[in-house]
Amino acid sequence: MEKILEIDDLHVHFSTYGGTVQAVRGVNLYLNKGETLAIVGESGSGKSVTSNSIMQLIPSPSGKIVRGSIRFKGKDLVKTSKKEMRAIRGVDISMIFQDPMTALNPTLTVGDQLTEGLKQHTSVGSAEAKAKALEMLGLVGIANPESRLKQYPHQFSGGMRQRIVIAMALICEPDLLIADEPTTALDVTIQAQIMELFKEIQEKTGVSIILVTHDLGVVARVADRVAVMYGGKIIETGDKDDIFYHPQHPYTIGLLQSVPRLDMKEGILQPIDGTPPDLFAPPQGCPFTARCAHAMQVCANVHPVTSYLSESHQVECWLQDARAKRQPV
Amino acid sequence: MAIYLIRRFVIMIATIFVIATLTFILMHSIPGNPFTTQDRSTSEAVQENLNAHYHLDEPMIVQYGIWLKSLATFDFGPSIKQPTETVNDLLGRGFPISAELGMWTITIALISGITLGVLAALKHNGIIDYIAMTLAVLGISIPNFILATLLIQQLAVNLQLLPAATWSSPMHMIMPIIALATGPTAIIARLTRSSMLEVLTQDYIKTARAKGLSPAKIVIKHALRNALMPVVTILGTLVAAILTGTFVIERIFAIPGMGKYFVESINNRDYPVIMGTTVFYSAFLIFMLFLVDIVYSILDPRIKLHKKGGS
Ligand SMILES: Nc1ncnc2c1ncn2[C@@H]1O[C@H](COP(=O)(O)OP(=O)(O)OP(=O)(O)O)[C@@H](O)[C@H]1O
Ligand code: SF4
Ligand SMILES: [Mg+2]
Repeated sequence: MEKILEIDDLHVHFSTYGGTVQAVRGVNLYLNKGETLAIVGESGSGKSVTSNSIMQLIPSPSGKIVRGSIRFKGKDLVKTSKKEMRAIRGVDISMIFQDPMTALNPTLTVGDQLTEGLKQHTSVGSAEAKAKALEMLGLVGIANPESRLKQYPHQFSGGMRQRIVIAMALICEPDLLIADEPTTALDVTIQAQIMELFKEIQEKTGVSIILVTHDLGVVARVADRVAVMYGGKIIETGDKDDIFYHPQHPYTIGLLQSVPRLDMKEGILQPIDGTPPDLFAPPQGCPFTARCAHAMQVCANVHPVTSYLSESHQVECWLQDARAKRQPV
Repeated sequence: MAIYLIRRFVIMIATIFVIATLTFILMHSIPGNPFTTQDRSTSEAVQENLNAHYHLDEPMIVQYGIWLKSLATFDFGPSIKQPTETVNDLLGRGFPISAELGMWTITIALISGITLGVLAALKHNGIIDYIAMTLAVLGISIPNFILATLLIQQLAVNLQLLPAATWSSPMHMIMPIIALATGPTAIIARLTRSSMLEVLTQDYIKTARAKGLSPAKIVIKHALRNALMPVVTILGTLVAAILTGTFVIERIFAIPGMGKYFVESINNRDYPVIMGTTVFYSAFLIFMLFLVDIVYSILDPRIKLHKKGGS
């Protein structure tokens, strides 16, 4: 399959008054054309920093990509000039943020915000841009698009706003859509509808999607592949079935057990104890050591090497190392 | 909208009425009258005649009635100290000059304050930011009459670049406008900077960047408009400050605006002039505040004029 995006050994640091935050510490990731990759992990694990890096939207000068490459259709985005990057944003790669209530400018009409990207990047006239905007609003399921164009964001509900944000992201027909927790701020029924919409859009347009979320229910519904992030690293990645049916990393297992399921007996729900690693001074060994029930001597001192369990399934845990004695986890 | 405007208008009239009444009470509660001040020479008989002529011998309530009548007809009568001129004459002569000074001041303060504030925010913690904010602190802390004196000393007396006083050519206008505009410029610059910094961290700015818009478009179209809301909010207060500022500055630069008449009228207890100018300026300010509200509702579509009670 054709790889549309390949991230290799990405390191992102932030300098703050308290020191340097090593937010992303060697992420390797790829995305096939037309598939949906979900990035999951707890708060602060580096999901947003990774996805902002793809767009080159790391706040500078405090944040910096210190190492690694991000190849999009063969071109290294880390080395791309600002001007070229502006031509890629919104056209080849689009991004949707978490909170639809704040993602739209309150003082501009929805129509204006929908079409301004298109007008910036192409030479379409107003009439054409409007037609395209109407088409996009139709695609994301907004009724009466014609009259809606003249309205302001505050005249829409949260779910509708997220639909508009999605329409806005898709208007230049990008190849890659990055959605950073697009449904976290919405209520459950709306979440399901928006997820349906993502699937529908992917079928219609063939866009590749990176979906950042900490909702495993969402992952189960829409993802093809899953990457689990912890402490600025991807500690396990695989097809959806690999992750849901054969999770190998103790953190992934913990994550799955902390999700309430219908078939679970009462009292089995186990949150993962402990706190995430300090990214000012990240541990030398496995970042999960302090919280891992299976931690061994080696874990604290040496970072686990990547184990390739199958063509799709990889994990960074000493338990999976060929040298460790196999035992069920 | 029409209902809102009518309601707003009624409230404006009521406010002016209250101010007119308060002015009347305050003025008459100060001991003395226009003829008791310095003029010891006038005989008692003459004083009585004068009092009768200006209705000062009538009971307070009658005087109040006369005052309200003059207010309703926009005819404040003749000045007591310069009987050849009416209050309306003085306003007609002085106000255009004061208004010219005031308008230039607010225009220049807005343009330079907003520009400085935006530049400082964009170069946050850079050289421009430090320079702009140091200037702003100076501008806020130096009173305009001190600045005016400094300017006259340096530019007019020492360097002889600009004329020191009066209001007869554009050259004459430079120093008074600088003296009056510096404070408001500094206030606007600081406010613009802080609100711009806040707006630049908003999600919709991130969205705009993610769309690949040019930096200029992001700043002007997406950030500035939102960042200017607080500036519009304080515009009313600022106009009031500039207005009182014109009184002081006009005295210093011997500008024949309203300030001169106003200050003189208070020294002289020139009742008609005091009351006429006070009410005129109150009405002017109230109208300005009304304009500010309209501008605000144009800038921010979330604010609906007719939903907001008159304020
Ligand atoms: N602008 C910044 N300055 C300093 N540190 C930052 C900045 N942005 C992110 N970080 C740090 O980088 C780390 C990863 O943050 P990130 O936002 O990627 O987490 P996340 O996985 O997206 O979490 P969440 O689920 O809460 O969105 C965090 O420790 C965070 O404090
Ligand atoms: S490497 Fe060690 S500490 Fe880390 S997850 Fe595996 S067993 Fe636990
Ligand atoms: Mg995040």
